[in-house]
Amino acid sequence: MSKPVTAPSASDIPRRPLDWLPVALPLIVAVASLPLIGNPWTWLTLTIAGLAMGMIIFTVSSGLMLVFGLMDVLNFGHGAFIALGAYVGLSVLMPLTPWVEATSVLLNSAVFALALCAGVVVAGMVGLVFDRLLIQPVYGNHLKQILMTTGGLIIVEQLIRAAWGAETVSFNLPASLRGSWLLGEAAVERYRIVALGIGSAIFLGLLLVLTRTRIGLMIRAGVENREMLEAMGHRTRHLFVGVFVVGAMLAGLGGVMWGLYLQNFTASIGAQINVLIFIVIIVGGLGSTTGCLIGALLVGLTTNYVGFAAPKIALFSNILLMLLILLWRPQGLYRVVDR
Amino acid sequence: MVDRGAPLLTLDKVETRIGAYHILHGVDLVVPEGGATMLLGRNGAGKTTTARTVMALWRACAGTITFGGRDITREDAPTIARLGIGYVPESMGIFSDLTVAENLRLASISGHLDPNRLEVIFNAFPAMKRFWLGRAGTLSGGQKQMLSIARAIVEPRRLLIIDEPTKGLAPAIIANMVSVFRDLKATGVTILMIEQNFALARAIGDTVAVMEDGRIVYRGGMADLSEDDALQRRLLGLSMSAHQ
Repeated sequence: MSKPVTAPSASDIPRRPLDWLPVALPLIVAVASLPLIGNPWTWLTLTIAGLAMGMIIFTVSSGLMLVFGLMDVLNFGHGAFIALGAYVGLSVLMPLTPWVEATSVLLNSAVFALALCAGVVVAGMVGLVFDRLLIQPVYGNHLKQILMTTGGLIIVEQLIRAAWGAETVSFNLPASLRGSWLLGEAAVERYRIVALGIGSAIFLGLLLVLTRTRIGLMIRAGVENREMLEAMGHRTRHLFVGVFVVGAMLAGLGGVMWGLYLQNFTASIGAQINVLIFIVIIVGGLGSTTGCLIGALLVGLTTNYVGFAAPKIALFSNILLMLLILLWRPQGLYRVVDR
Repeated sequence: MVDRGAPLLTLDKVETRIGAYHILHGVDLVVPEGGATMLLGRNGAGKTTTARTVMALWRACAGTITFGGRDITREDAPTIARLGIGYVPESMGIFSDLTVAENLRLASISGHLDPNRLEVIFNAFPAMKRFWLGRAGTLSGGQKQMLSIARAIVEPRRLLIIDEPTKGLAPAIIANMVSVFRDLKATGVTILMIEQNFALARAIGDTVAVMEDGRIVYRGGMADLSEDDALQRRLLGLSMSAHQ
């Protein structure tokens, strides 16, 4: 009996045609920018830097992609978890300076992993409190969500200033993550390659969970019709709390990585990147993991190319990117659900 | 009232408000175990609100809802569904981004699909087998309705609440639906169906309740209502002639 269920005739199954154009977009942007940059080695350096920056932006955005894109919660306080991640990472790295400066790859990796884990755990715990105190009372009300979460961001920023000080803080990358590899005449920073790897792992993990697990199925279904999911016997409250906490944890992880990328930052590190994150999520199509990744890569590439070729319009480049993509696809690169 | 069995679902003076609107004004309804109870009435009479109130998708502000002897008035929707109530909403409520297979898997509380139940579903709705791995959003309106019903019966249920399953469907599909509901009845499952199509209601229903302005204004056997033209006109008015 189960045979026809598991092996239906392939020709009978209507498949959604693969939409490759958005996937090809970063490649198109990269190739199109080559004549503008001129030197191919400079172009390669900028491209790798842009991809790495895009991956870090994806890491910090992926949490909000889940929370805003999937749960429909306008969390303007997402930057608070990023800032927390960065400062908690700092608090782990500073006392362990001997490990950071050691020539041992093992010690460097251990301290880097510790910083990431600490950022994830603290951001997750604060996310749980944030959800209970600020998000749950205003589920379904966007205006109140904006007010509450913006207030939450301000409070967390002030608490960070109280705990770590208002001055710019700086810290070093673990020794083995510093410096560059030379690829011809192109300099490829080591940390950016690590960021590429971590971002890729997060992307694949999210994709697997959302498309291959029952939890992922419930999240996708709950996004589209939460009420129906409940009427089918599934409790969405705990599910959505879990999604929010995971979103905060991803932001914490991204915060550590973003802090290490910048190396100098203040308590506003999260608030400063908030706009960029919203651009990425809107460009990607609310709730689309692949769209979020492509959006982040496009932002990373555009920032680097425009910053080099036309620095005067660098600040405006991401807004222009969003404008162009929304003119082309008003629902973003990949539309997930109608809302 | 022609009760075929002991009451499975009972609504006692149930009132529901949605925002500023007072929709249900003390609904008294008894759904006997076994057979099909049809809930009829004009648009806006409160039929869908009654179904949604039973499922706790809207909260009763007064009255009592009892299912299988248990007071479920204050229970939440997941608890009520897990008691064995399958719900097919008027909007169908399918998850369009998920495949047919994923929709059905999600409808199974245990997460496992019983091959025998699937056999029943595939016999009733062959399109579900054909489009097994297709996105639910790509199905036609009739196929979406089939999926919505298939989800409700993917596991054994004590009660099926089905809200206007034939709305907007072609006559051939409606005939198939009637046959499916009759087969379901034969398995002993209790059905509470909201329907505007009186011909279909007559073909399936054993008992009937008619709503007007948020109240039950008639309860009785379907046979009694079918045979009484004057009663039909009085209770259902113009809405009936269109469906005869």
